[in-house]
Amino acid sequence: MEREAHLSGKHVGDSSAPSAVRGFTITRGRTVPRVELPFEATLLVSIPSGHRAEPTGPAAQVLEVCDRKSVAEVAAALHLPLGVARVLLADLVAEGHVTVQRTLTRNSSIDERRDLLQRTLQGLLVS
Amino acid sequence: MDSEPSNKQGPASTKIVIAGGFGVGKTTLVGSVSEIDPLRTEALVTDESEGIDDISQVPTKHTTTVAMDFGRITLGEDLILYLFGTPGQKRFWFMWDDLCLGAIGAIVMVDTNRLDEAFSPLDYFEEKGLPFIVALNQFDNGPQFELDAVREALALPSHVPMIRIDARDRESAKTALIRITEYSLEQLASQVPVG
Repeated sequence: MEREAHLSGKHVGDSSAPSAVRGFTITRGRTVPRVELPFEATLLVSIPSGHRAEPTGPAAQVLEVCDRKSVAEVAAALHLPLGVARVLLADLVAEGHVTVQRTLTRNSSIDERRDLLQRTLQGLLVS
Repeated sequence: MDSEPSNKQGPASTKIVIAGGFGVGKTTLVGSVSEIDPLRTEALVTDESEGIDDISQVPTKHTTTVAMDFGRITLGEDLILYLFGTPGQKRFWFMWDDLCLGAIGAIVMVDTNRLDEAFSPLDYFEEKGLPFIVALNQFDNGPQFELDAVREALALPSHVPMIRIDARDRESAKTALIRITEYSLEQLASQVPVG
């Protein structure tokens, strides 16, 4: 069924506005993260190691605020577009500064999905 | 490897997508159930953004942003549920692929005064196979349609749950979250395991 045909032209929108300056220039134009990183994934900062160079610039800012936060929360805290925060965070993950807590992925088994849905339902029912 | 998930206990966070037209009450719903004030973030929208990996190669591209509000509910010690409210227009579909990956499901919020704004999200979730329910947000002065009439107007299959909610009310908003989670479980149970 083609419900979408009823909609108006693709450039008409309620909530878009001209972009501010802080776009993907921060990532030198890169929009694809080096590791898969869902918006809800929680980050944990690793114990600093002498083997890793400390990040500088925007990446250092991200490292400072990201512990126990999700990708979306990091973006909101630093007023960065989601995609930009994700590219920077994925760099930190790839370089070993940060680890990622588990989320559902496209490879999750039916058992894993069922388990997560049941945990969610239980949590909602008692919340 | 450092980039491997570190928690062997199962996912530590998950999400539900709240979709619908402008002003339908997405942020209100998120705010009613979230333990934090809804946070606002932005995604960049570029014209013809599909398939573009490196926008430094296309410097003339016109870029706009779209606001997305989200909230958080801690469910026990080891699970956080995020709620992402997202605009419904088709030009944001590029963002929904990211938004929906790993999501429990979606709640499509409908204003009976503007049913057509639900068409695009409904098409998307049907196409992607993400479980979704339809929630009619009750506006005090809005016409009181019968659910069956709305289902017909939306060309909604009979198995898709429809509920009425008051997005301002925490318990009412929570029923929408519970219903989509239950429905997602039902959908999973109807799948035949392969291999």
